Amino acid sequence: MANKRYVCIICPNSCEIDVEYSGKTLTKISGQTCKRGDEYVRKELIAPERGITTSVPVRGGSIPLVSVRSSKTVPKELLPNLIAEISKVRAAAPVKMGDILIKNVLGTGADIIATKNVPRKQA
Amino acid sequence: MITKTVDVAIVGGGPAGLSAAISAKKNGAGNVLIIERGENLGGILNQCIHEGFGIETFGEALSGPEYMQRFIDQVEENKIPYLLNSMVLEITRERKLLVASREGLIEINAKAVVLCMGCRERTRGQICTPGTRPAGVYTAGAAQNFINLKGYRIGEKVVILGSGDIGLIMARRLTVEGAKVLAVVELMPYSSGLPRNMVQCLHDYDIPLYLSHTVTEIHGKKRVEAVTLAQVDERFKPIPGTEKKIDCDTLLLSVGLIPENELTRNAGIAVDEITGGAIIDERMQTSIPGIFACGNVLHVHDVVDYVSMEGDKAGKDAAEYSLGKAKMEGAIRVKPGPGVRYVLPQLLSGEEDVLLSMRVISPARNVKISLIDKGRAAKTIMKPRVNPAEMIQIKVKKGELAGCKEITVTLQNGK
Repeated sequence: MANKRYVCIICPNSCEIDVEYSGKTLTKISGQTCKRGDEYVRKELIAPERGITTSVPVRGGSIPLVSVRSSKTVPKELLPNLIAEISKVRAAAPVKMGDILIKNVLGTGADIIATKNVPRKQA
Repeated sequence: MITKTVDVAIVGGGPAGLSAAISAKKNGAGNVLIIERGENLGGILNQCIHEGFGIETFGEALSGPEYMQRFIDQVEENKIPYLLNSMVLEITRERKLLVASREGLIEINAKAVVLCMGCRERTRGQICTPGTRPAGVYTAGAAQNFINLKGYRIGEKVVILGSGDIGLIMARRLTVEGAKVLAVVELMPYSSGLPRNMVQCLHDYDIPLYLSHTVTEIHGKKRVEAVTLAQVDERFKPIPGTEKKIDCDTLLLSVGLIPENELTRNAGIAVDEITGGAIIDERMQTSIPGIFACGNVLHVHDVVDYVSMEGDKAGKDAAEYSLGKAKMEGAIRVKPGPGVRYVLPQLLSGEEDVLLSMRVISPARNVKISLIDKGRAAKTIMKPRVNPAEMIQIKVKKGELAGCKEITVTLQNGK
């Protein structure tokens, strides 16, 4: 049996959540003030996940970069591979917020989507 | 000179200004105008490409640009006009605005004005860091702009002074972009950023945090070559013998934000020395009738959702003022007591429900926050933990302050 204190990263409340666990089995949880905190800690103990945000170059855009994010969280240990994968992408203007730049990135089930509108550069 | 007349003039098109404009329009102001200095609406959110915006407002974790776009869409749907590349140079007591724009000087006569100018970063000069003046010293926000909007690589080996949220976010961002963040250095014995950012920006990437430390010297002629760190004592003086030189090519500063209130001061509006923003009443009105303030120009926020909510309130109040609706009556002064850095608004009527915003001076656990009038607690709330990085809001119902004249908000051990 082991104890651990987590700081929930879901919302700005930053709840401190205390857990008791043996191996990967959670036996006791306290300090969470909502369901999302409960879910976060359960995942964090077994298989932590994170969202990823970065930006990729746009050809012919009004600005040089478009910001992107993963459509859902992905396993934390895959972040370096994901970053490498995203760094290969080049978008072409116009890009619309929500456009999928990589579908099902590295088989995670998450898409890499644009988070900004980038219109074509005015001639 | 071009002359215009508007009901509500919004100074600044960032999150506070967009919310204030939308709310002013929805609350009956016919003629609302947003005046924005930059090339587009949205302000600083353009460069905040990380997630975590909108959890309070929309129940989802959006990136800055996505959050901002939802408000820009509402501005467009409500057909609210805006001026870009236009800077307000002066605001008078009579609510006359002088604006420099691409079309030349514009004079705007406004029935009500909402100040939404945001804040700017504290720089090296303001914290007096000794050493040479090489390239490679950036404020965290400038670095964020270069990396996220321009695609520059700003450095390879980075030290970050200050653990404010932008510093923490940039520690992660630089790591993702392939740079090595060698240290985050914080003067205080605790982080000045949100705990969630400590976890997802520093712990996730094993970036070391040096608490009670500062940068005592910057080395390098053309480019930063190293910085010297030292531990500080309880009076923040470097302790001799604790110096440590770290080779690096970049120093980022995340050492605080200053509300941008030059226009406010020049207008003759009373400014609170602690928040650096205007003194306001519960209608978000400053010491000059008809001029309102909200967002980071009023006090620096840690969560944009609260900026939007404040903008929403100020926009409504400004619209009502422009329509000649009832002004605030009565006056209960509110001031910070022991353990409390500041409380807003500073003036209440006691006749409306109101939301107080406050910050504590240092982190604490199991505390009692009380609103005290003449030795009697008119209201008390309990908090399991408080942190200077996190703004605290207290809902006060009308009637709870009945008979009060001056409220002192104090922090006490709750046990």
